[in-house]
Amino acid sequence: MKTFSKGGVHPAENKLSAASAIREAQLPKQAVFSLYQHIGAPAKPVVQKGDTVKVGTLLAEANGFVSAPVYSSVSGKVNKVDNILDASGLRRQAVIVDVEGDEWEPSIDRTPTLVRMEDRPDLDAKTIVEKITQAGIVGLGGATFPAHVKLMPPPGSKAEFVIINAVECEPYLTADHRLMLEHADEILVGVELIMKAVDVQKGYIGIENNKPDAIAMMTERAKHYQHIEIVPLHVKYPQGGEKQLIEAISGRKVAAPPAIPISVGAVVQNVGTAYAIYQAVMKNKPLVDRVITVTGKHLSNPSNLLARLGTPFRQLIDECGGLPEDTGKIIGGGPMMGKALLSLDVPMTKGSSGLLLMPQSESKRIEPEPCIRCAKCVSACPMGLEPYLLSKLGVQSDWDRAEHEDVLSCIECGSCQFTCPSHRPLLDGIRIAKVAVGGIVRSRQTK
Amino acid sequence: MNKFVISLSPHVHSGDSVQKNMYSVCLALVPSLLCSLWFFGLGAAIVLLNAVVFCVLAEWFISKFILGRDGSSIADGSAIVTGLLLGFNLPANLPLWIIAIGAIVAIGIGKMTFGGLGQNPFNPALVGRVFLLISFPVQMTTWPIPGQLTAYTDALTAATPLALASEGKINEIPGATDLLLGNMGGSLGEVSAIALLIGFAFLLWKKVITWHIPVSILGTVAVLSCLFWISNPESYLNPLQTLLTGGLMLGAIFMATDYATSPMTHKGQLIYGVSIGFITLLIRYWGAYPEGLSFAILIMNAFTPLINTYCKPKRFGAK
Repeated sequence: MKTFSKGGVHPAENKLSAASAIREAQLPKQAVFSLYQHIGAPAKPVVQKGDTVKVGTLLAEANGFVSAPVYSSVSGKVNKVDNILDASGLRRQAVIVDVEGDEWEPSIDRTPTLVRMEDRPDLDAKTIVEKITQAGIVGLGGATFPAHVKLMPPPGSKAEFVIINAVECEPYLTADHRLMLEHADEILVGVELIMKAVDVQKGYIGIENNKPDAIAMMTERAKHYQHIEIVPLHVKYPQGGEKQLIEAISGRKVAAPPAIPISVGAVVQNVGTAYAIYQAVMKNKPLVDRVITVTGKHLSNPSNLLARLGTPFRQLIDECGGLPEDTGKIIGGGPMMGKALLSLDVPMTKGSSGLLLMPQSESKRIEPEPCIRCAKCVSACPMGLEPYLLSKLGVQSDWDRAEHEDVLSCIECGSCQFTCPSHRPLLDGIRIAKVAVGGIVRSRQTK
Repeated sequence: MNKFVISLSPHVHSGDSVQKNMYSVCLALVPSLLCSLWFFGLGAAIVLLNAVVFCVLAEWFISKFILGRDGSSIADGSAIVTGLLLGFNLPANLPLWIIAIGAIVAIGIGKMTFGGLGQNPFNPALVGRVFLLISFPVQMTTWPIPGQLTAYTDALTAATPLALASEGKINEIPGATDLLLGNMGGSLGEVSAIALLIGFAFLLWKKVITWHIPVSILGTVAVLSCLFWISNPESYLNPLQTLLTGGLMLGAIFMATDYATSPMTHKGQLIYGVSIGFITLLIRYWGAYPEGLSFAILIMNAFTPLINTYCKPKRFGAK
């Protein structure tokens, strides 16, 4: 069975919600739409206080090529456009909508009927990409890179195959797993749309073998779709890393930046993104909801919720049994790469793949001990870096050497810090170096 | 309003710790410990116990009264490992005061001078051992004959197989079975190859060390000694005798693999291991000492920073 070749770790999986079918979350009373839900320029609001909106009404338009529009996921009245505390811990602009009823834009097809490629012979690559751009779809695995950008290869590069990331290697998260069990056909049509958009004949869906039911389901359904192959993968974190997944499936390695996946002919999208693309193109539905795993060892009912974007996290937790008393940390995303949240009143965004409640006993970092130079971080690094060294260079502000030691290749997967017997905060130091070196490199380029 | 912990990812940890690694090494030394008790009885118990106690005391004293720390670092187990390894490198009839000096040098000069755990460039146990070897050559090279279970400093002594070899008495060396089990003269830990190999398997299983350093040392020694033996079986030990005598197994498995003093990449570890094997044989064949592993490891410890500078792991996607 395939996997990537270098480094990696095996965190406890803790997929508590794997058996819990996706259920619809309740509508919030007030929905908050951050304009910073994607990587790139923030969206530009096009509504004002007092405007009436429906589900699917444009709230803010894309502001440039690497940007994405934001649609209302609820019907009601715009309360205000104001700064709010978001999941990154910053106060940034958002559109706040008071919810009234649940009225959808009539152009959206809400029927469950499956629309196949042969039902829509009119679709060409350009139309598909346009639809995806308009629908505000971003990478739903958590990276939130606007999906259309990856579907428009820069001049001189040619896509050869599409890889769908259904690895879900983060512990605890099960949203993609459930989506595959419950919406296999929609996902497969979505993959066909992506393949058509970039004009390739081969699509792979990579699934780790800790989800045998999803592999069985997708393999069974994929029989009806030519050119799509399900690739079971040996479990190893961070297999969901783009470069790791490309290597695991195709054997090709994307070199250090500025190389990108398309440099080796690969276009990678998340499985949730493929589902959203199906809905956008075939059902005319912009990105207004997503599946989020709400989980935690002491949460009474870990669940996978289909929730409207903009719903406050507090409400999602209440729907899964309420906040456990000994909660010490709230993480947006998974435990390896997710962000600790300041407050429960942060709204869900396009990138919210999970909401994880850590008990107090697991929330605090353990006091670090001296580095014993065991080299376990070097062995664990999937990028072939030396985390102990990079972290030290970051703390010492030695940017020249950090750049020379390829700090910018770090994907921040956290394998080094996870594995460190001395509990050293390796990734903290590396992040410091990455930010500084990244700034230096950019300023050099603009000169 | 709840107060939540805010910290950067990752938010989970493997559960590994310095203590777990150190105590795993101690566990891996248990078979050798039992063997040394079996062969050397009381003497082994006294030497090992005192080496450990003096090392732990030295670390506690220095960190508390000289470095002004709280002294709690003795709980990490590294001083116990140093003490055990130092003890395994000593003869079973060594007087207490020499053991104490060895322990103080190992921990004081070998480790705490440089800042303590993880900072030392040279293997502390070997610093202690070599200091004793140079300072007390007679006491350090008279080895009790195995089987005197109640003897300590009064034990009858005999030459080690390597000492016999360096005097050209190849024929007097014990047979392979005795060598394998450890029924020969020598320091406490270097006698039973089987016990050491059990410890090696345990360390590999627990992922405390990788195979690279021990296998490259033993492999290099095996290949080179084979060449010499074929060229002249009269005056050189055969490869099996070479591998099973002296502290080679102990050093390759437990001393050369010391985290702080060995290279950080697998490639670097192979270079380090091959060099140690090579230097060991150079000293054994042409040096003034019958055994050269301690010196070989210390010499290569000095090269470790250089190896780390030039042996980088292959970056992902690099040509």
